[in-house]
Amino acid sequence: MKKKITQFIVYFIIWLLLTWSLNYQEVIVGLGVALLAMILTKDLFPDELMKLLNPLRLLLAIIYIPYLIFYIILANFDVAYRVLNPNLPINPGIVKVKTGLKNELARTILANSITLTPGTLTVEVDGDDYYIHWINITSEDPKRQKQIIIDRFEWMLRRIFE
Amino acid sequence: MSSNVAIGFIIVGVTFDLLGCLGLIRLPDIYNRLQAATKSVTLGTCMILIGVFLEFGFTSGGIKALLCLFFILLTSPTAAHALSRGSHISGFKLWKGSLMDKLEEKRRMDEN
Repeated sequence: MKKKITQFIVYFIIWLLLTWSLNYQEVIVGLGVALLAMILTKDLFPDELMKLLNPLRLLLAIIYIPYLIFYIILANFDVAYRVLNPNLPINPGIVKVKTGLKNELARTILANSITLTPGTLTVEVDGDDYYIHWINITSEDPKRQKQIIIDRFEWMLRRIFE
Repeated sequence: MSSNVAIGFIIVGVTFDLLGCLGLIRLPDIYNRLQAATKSVTLGTCMILIGVFLEFGFTSGGIKALLCLFFILLTSPTAAHALSRGSHISGFKLWKGSLMDKLEEKRRMDEN
């Protein structure tokens, strides 16, 4: 029940932001749409999101966004450097990295974060293993690879979701 | 003033988008190309949307730009993941200069 109410409120807020008007006609339609969306997506809304109702976790989740944006900007300068360099300095390959995260949503966010950060792209997730395409392999040692690719996000996601 | 800042954001965003397109042409295989395309286009498009938000402010259009920004941040890496995974499953090989392909090794092992 608590989950359904949260879901309804989230959808309703998105509707209000999209229409950006408090006209009673818009609000009434919005209530109906939010209710319909809540019924249709009752299995799609991840349970783990409910953990964000805890203020400490929510605060960390909010800090996570600028932290990620910082790496996205780095990633773009990395791409610019590789693309504009006449020698095309790439050294690609698919590496295997193990994660310690157990929570499904945390794993999804980790996979997406990896894709947005410098030089890495998640190709496949199989159990605890991430198969990551890395544009410039700097180390053949799996431990060092894990340290470079996922440690910077893993500790934070663990605090948020576990 | 805010209009100038908005235009600045849009110009930088378009530049990043352009670099992403350049990456699509210059890099050798689908996986490398996806890397360039995903990263540059995500940030480039986000910056264009921030520019739109600064120009329109807290109006219907500006808020929609912010919402789009959030959804692009969520969906763009997912799309890249789906494309690269699909390519690998349908047998696209890595570029000949690649160092290793652990995923290919794992597939071979699963088949035997």
